[in-house]
Amino acid sequence: MKNVFARPDSLKDVQTHFCPGCHHGSVHRLVAEALDEHDLRSRTIGVASVGCSVFLYSYFDVDVIESPHGRAPAVATGAKRTRPDRIVFTYQGDGDLAAIGTSEIIHAANRGEDITVIFVNNTTYGMTGGQMAPTTLPGQKTSTSPYGRDISKDGAPFRMAELLSHLDGVAYSARVAVNSPRNVLQAKKIISTAFRYQVEKKGFAFIEALASCPTNWGMKPLEANQRVADELIPYFPLGVYRNTANL
Amino acid sequence: MAALEAGCRYYFGYPITPQSDIPEYLSRELPRLGGEFIQAESEIGAINMLLGASATGVRAMTSSSGPGISLKQEGISYMAGSELPGVIVDIMRAGPGLGGIDASQADYFQATRGGGHGGYRIIVLAPSSVQEMYDLTMLAFDLSDIYRMPAMVLADSVIGQMKESFTCNPRPKVALPDKPWAVRGRAEGEPQNIVKSLYLGDGEMEAFHWKMHARYQELADNECRWEETDTDDAELVLTAFGSTARIARTAVAMARSEGIKAGLLRPVTLFPFPKKAYAALSERCKCFLDVELSTGQMIDDVRLSVARDTEVHFYGRPPGAGSLPTPEELLLQIKKYYRTCA
Amino acid sequence: MSYIMINVERCKGCGLCTIACPKKLVTMSDELNNLGFSVAVFAENGKCTGCALCAEMCPDVAITVFKE
Repeated sequence: MKNVFARPDSLKDVQTHFCPGCHHGSVHRLVAEALDEHDLRSRTIGVASVGCSVFLYSYFDVDVIESPHGRAPAVATGAKRTRPDRIVFTYQGDGDLAAIGTSEIIHAANRGEDITVIFVNNTTYGMTGGQMAPTTLPGQKTSTSPYGRDISKDGAPFRMAELLSHLDGVAYSARVAVNSPRNVLQAKKIISTAFRYQVEKKGFAFIEALASCPTNWGMKPLEANQRVADELIPYFPLGVYRNTANL
Repeated sequence: MAALEAGCRYYFGYPITPQSDIPEYLSRELPRLGGEFIQAESEIGAINMLLGASATGVRAMTSSSGPGISLKQEGISYMAGSELPGVIVDIMRAGPGLGGIDASQADYFQATRGGGHGGYRIIVLAPSSVQEMYDLTMLAFDLSDIYRMPAMVLADSVIGQMKESFTCNPRPKVALPDKPWAVRGRAEGEPQNIVKSLYLGDGEMEAFHWKMHARYQELADNECRWEETDTDDAELVLTAFGSTARIARTAVAMARSEGIKAGLLRPVTLFPFPKKAYAALSERCKCFLDVELSTGQMIDDVRLSVARDTEVHFYGRPPGAGSLPTPEELLLQIKKYYRTCA
Repeated sequence: MSYIMINVERCKGCGLCTIACPKKLVTMSDELNNLGFSVAVFAENGKCTGCALCAEMCPDVAITVFKE
């Protein structure tokens, strides 16, 4: 009898604060699996952001720097430039990366910093109670778009993986989801590749991970999970949008 | 130059008048020394790069002026809350808003009262010559590392742009603490290092505030620096920092040549403010004349420091073109108050 | 035969494991854990193949898988 699935070493054995059915837990685990797979745990510096991702240091067994809302790519730049032999990754949500942090992510990507950015997109501001996010879908009702997102006033949702894939400084840009076993296994490979880019010093890697937020979507976990397939994936297609080293 | 001498190899900044020659110089010199220079996307980007670099235990710095320093406040607050060292150079210009590029001292409050949210303080050093720009920058790195908090070198566009000869003093030999708290990607068996400012546990935040309070007291007890000119028998003491102190010094010399017993007390550390120096001097002089390029900010600290009932007069020239006082102007003020000094 | 172990105290009762299992061996029970969640249970009837898809879906890493 062989143990074929266990908690990765880089993920602490603790209860998380994430809501039932929240996909953050899955994404955390896949990132931890990638760190283990490439044997990175003893030379990784994580950069936490603000949102449900704020407790990164409670879950990842690596050194972590907390950063102000949106600034993680800049903080990661500072850390990676001083410790180029370390693996530096950020973990950010839609408000953090695509609202307040647009300047920082665009420029870190444009400079081609040798870091890995994990962007969790659940079309809402989770930690603060479900306000509209830059990735909220047209017509989606949130606590600050009670009539549904109106493109004529609020603009259309950002497609970050595609947007960043047009920057020369970006080596790898991909979008994944974790709403089905098949998507989880695919995401696992892609996240692993994203870290491989940094290990092999091949440039900036960006992963957008679609996620559910049952609590703020006002749905049960399984319903929210289904929404990812029914509404998110059609608007935010899965795939690899840039892969300069063909890894 | 002083930063490089002090071992700083990382600079993150953004152009803004009147300090752009700092990033220009370092963009040329840092790569030659194997350091890193980044012109960031904004002052916000820069302060956060400083946060990240400092978190790994290196000496790093940024520089800016008024509007950029306003942008940096959140990042500085995070650095203070995370007990991170780092040097921020602020070459004050006229404000508020876009203001102007003339010299100002109206960011004294912003610099010394924390500036950002949360109730922290940072070390603030005020050079008044090119020599001090050099020496105090090295001191800023040392104090910042020793006390684990951000340090600011606060000057104005006159000091920032002037040319004077100076001596390239070598880096002072100071006992510096190790940085076991720095994030480094720790090896098997080593404890996890977290650089953060979030304190949610019962009583944690309160304890942190008292810890900082005690550290600020330690700073006040041990690190105050100031300069006194002709104060032994002075009856009227001018007090000023930065460029106004230079002008005041000339006015004091002119006053003395006319037999007026004037002197100058120039604070060098604005935080910690050298209260004891003011208190002691106020016991034997008759009054103070505070001169600032503002409508009066440092004067609050002066009034809080001097003995009760000490007269503290004020002469202010708020920032803007043509607002630097001349020594003659200050001499008139000296004469005006000298007559009525108690 | 292969089997899984569900860490009852980590389970938040989200049910994602129940849609992952190709053989529908994982279902939600009425048992509550210490946190008040209704936890998932595994039907130990010999049909488990150790595919670990349930574990891959679990956001709380509450499932360990043993394969023959």
